[in-house]
Amino acid sequence: MSTILSTKFSRRSFLRTSSLASGGMLIGFNFFTACKDTVKMPIDISKLNYNDFNAFIKISDEGMVTIFSPNPEIGQGVKTSMPMIIAEELDVPWENVNVVQGVLDTQNYVRQVAGGSQSIRFGWDALRQTGATARQMLVNAAAAKWGVDASECSAKQGFITNAKGESLGYGDVANEAAILEGERAAKIAALAEGEEAPEETIALKDPKEYTLIGTDVGNVDIDKIITGKPLFGLDYKAEGMVYASVLRPPAFGQVLESFDDTDARAVSGVIDVVKIGEKAIKLMGKEQVDWSVRLALSEKVVVIAENTWAAIKGKKALKAQWSDGTPLESTEAHDKILVDLLDGKDFTNLRKDGDVKTAFKQADKIVEQTYESPFLPHNCMEPMNFYANVTDSKIHLVGPVQTPASAASTVAALLGRDEKDIRLEMTRMGGGFGRRLYGDFVYEAAEISDKIRKPVKMVSTREDDMTTGVYRPAIKYRIAASIKDGELTGYHLKEAAVGSNMYGLIPNFFPAGAIENYQVDVAKYDSNITTGAWRAPYTNFLSFAEQSFIDELAEVLGKDPVQMRLDMLEKVKGSTDDRIQYSAERLQDVLKLAVEKSGYRKPKEGVFQGICAYYCHNTHVAEVADVVMEGNQPVVKRITVAVDCGIVVNPLGAKNQIEGGAIDGMGHSMYGDFAFEKGMPTSNNYDSYRLIRMNETPIVETHFVKNTISPTGLGEPALPPAGAAVAIAIKKATGNRIYKQPFATNMAAKPILG
Amino acid sequence: MRFAGAFVFNGTFLPLYGIVFIKLTNPTLKKMPTYNLKINGSSQSIEAAEDTPLLWALRDQLNMVGTKFGCGIGQCGACTVHIDGNAARSCQLQISQLDGKEITTIEGLSDDGSHPVQEAWKAIDVPQCGYCQAGQIMTASAFLDKNPNPSKQEIRNAMHGNICRCASYNRIENAVAMAAEKKIA
Repeated sequence: MSTILSTKFSRRSFLRTSSLASGGMLIGFNFFTACKDTVKMPIDISKLNYNDFNAFIKISDEGMVTIFSPNPEIGQGVKTSMPMIIAEELDVPWENVNVVQGVLDTQNYVRQVAGGSQSIRFGWDALRQTGATARQMLVNAAAAKWGVDASECSAKQGFITNAKGESLGYGDVANEAAILEGERAAKIAALAEGEEAPEETIALKDPKEYTLIGTDVGNVDIDKIITGKPLFGLDYKAEGMVYASVLRPPAFGQVLESFDDTDARAVSGVIDVVKIGEKAIKLMGKEQVDWSVRLALSEKVVVIAENTWAAIKGKKALKAQWSDGTPLESTEAHDKILVDLLDGKDFTNLRKDGDVKTAFKQADKIVEQTYESPFLPHNCMEPMNFYANVTDSKIHLVGPVQTPASAASTVAALLGRDEKDIRLEMTRMGGGFGRRLYGDFVYEAAEISDKIRKPVKMVSTREDDMTTGVYRPAIKYRIAASIKDGELTGYHLKEAAVGSNMYGLIPNFFPAGAIENYQVDVAKYDSNITTGAWRAPYTNFLSFAEQSFIDELAEVLGKDPVQMRLDMLEKVKGSTDDRIQYSAERLQDVLKLAVEKSGYRKPKEGVFQGICAYYCHNTHVAEVADVVMEGNQPVVKRITVAVDCGIVVNPLGAKNQIEGGAIDGMGHSMYGDFAFEKGMPTSNNYDSYRLIRMNETPIVETHFVKNTISPTGLGEPALPPAGAAVAIAIKKATGNRIYKQPFATNMAAKPILG
Repeated sequence: MRFAGAFVFNGTFLPLYGIVFIKLTNPTLKKMPTYNLKINGSSQSIEAAEDTPLLWALRDQLNMVGTKFGCGIGQCGACTVHIDGNAARSCQLQISQLDGKEITTIEGLSDDGSHPVQEAWKAIDVPQCGYCQAGQIMTASAFLDKNPNPSKQEIRNAMHGNICRCASYNRIENAVAMAAEKKIA
């Protein structure tokens, strides 16, 4: 189970090295071909693929190391943690490392994506191999310079030392290393056909030797963040740039009929009013179009202005007529549709173990509950925006997008241009949460610039973002369990969702594998309201439903909820089902750690604790929520989180993800509410949509399981268990179970205890 | 000028300390007048419509992009600046109403990130995405100027008006407490 400590690979397909005109060396490497381990993706968010991106390292004559971090940074910390892994194996002081955000480069980098909490998991081996190989190249160059064998030399903290005690800095041999590598590559290229390049074994560090991995390293952009330097997409400016505000249909299903721009043009600062959308509509007729083109598939009116304020004011002054292209939908209707789906028979089966039907027939007792969740907007703090400059020869795109490669290829298709003419630069992102996987705002900016032939920044307002977004689908789960002779014998989960259903391995997460007769069925209703990935897709609500249900089952069976889960997990051990990718041992261990660290067995007077364990995104998590009653209101005071993500690369950043994930999970479970009437969202800004704030925030205490297993991601896994832990704690405090999100408006607050 | 009040949001009490609200007047469509604003100690001349919010004047015209746009209705705090030392929402302040006021933005809080609040933010490594943090720092610094020795609950109340979507709230709370201790020491 431990992480690999050495690796055999052919450098030919993996590394490309060259000396630089300015001195020093540049190492290009390919994550994908370096990954020996062909681990299957745990979940596939549509067509996204995470395991084949590339990057570059530059070592200067002065020994300074620049690492171009290819993955988009959305606040998950990979711009800090991924270069740390290279620096560890390269063995260079972190102070000598400068991290630069790589641009989208479809020639040299492929598929730069932030999503699914997969960056660290898939980057781990490749990043270590890269750092170790670069270190070996430098050692070889120093050995050649000294005329000694490389095995007599060692590298540490930017210096190579030989047996005599002489030393050379990395910068002193960087150029020689590049030349040596060039000669070696030439020899390999000259090999006769059929002759294989020799495989090389390069030792990787034992985790015990780590001096950087496992230490607290601060965010690489911290100085810019705290002093307000330009960093985000909204901060980007270019010579001659104008600003654009886009008027999109106010309701899902509506399309533009006509508009009057007289008043808009009278606003001082407004330059022009144009119409876009025809290119996107035309593109939808073609094959292989990115799904996100479909967002707001109507013609749209765009106000072009000298500044953002004039553009926003101009848009407010537009008078537009809309017609219903498709029927306008409402949450009230969806509620009925989803219940009808659950009551019906039209399901797709995603997992079937044993015979649920027979188990239910033979049962002494059946427990059945329905859990309900609303749509949720992403609410990235930085509203959607993008810069585009479309000219006859080039297309320049700059901004915050989680899927730059597909955004660029879609723009090429949209404008009928060659992808090679596109340069896309990624900025730091003011949050992603899944919203920036969909590049609709990039296409809009490109279409606007194409039309007006000026560099333009498209800026959405909060209202635009909240009302013309991509939403977490509204979902209802119905879970039924059969009980025979005091034991759980069958489990049947049905999902009814607006838009899309759970996918990939999600139906195989715990409790799958733990119950003999087990079945997961899904059904969906196709809506014109756009739905998509929202931080921890599906599991963000599924975890609440399933873990609440297991807690209720424990109550019905008169069992201890911790022991019941431990016993269920015991049955998973030794499973040969390759769809079961969670580890029963690791899930048991985090559960035990959470019990120990939260004081679960001996809660303080007046403290009510809810516990649950959940696996998703390859990481095992258990959480305990502490609730106290203040007046007749349950208040969450603390969440204890036990996490097994393998080796913790950067504990400081890792804890930040876990603290944020747990509070985000609790916040949206408690307060997140979003509905539609006649195709229009019923809230459009923070005066009508509630996000968790400081005063509702519990203290989050994080505890890691210490091991040397290869690391997995943390951007999402701490979120799903929080809602369940809180709901279970509230049940203990008030006596009432919660079946519907948001909790704040769906719980009977009055305590029945005491 | 200091406003200490509260409003009720979805049945929740949101206290607002040291935040200045100035009502927006009706927009006019006149040609652009010129305004002189005193920002971070120096006088800045700006030609803009009189109803232009300070937020957009800073960002688009004066190239000071540290002050962030989050909601545009004074609810999230990403655009917080100081007006005569009080925390204020720059999206709710028109440039025509700021004559003679001392405006401080994140760029002017210190020359080099050495303000105790900035140092605490760095020491605790508060940010995740980082977008809201300039506003958080401006709210915290104005608050600590008024209340250099706050209780835990006072910190939580003071920071309640600033949203962090990544929910780095625990670290914000700790950083404000650390900055308070540093200032006293």
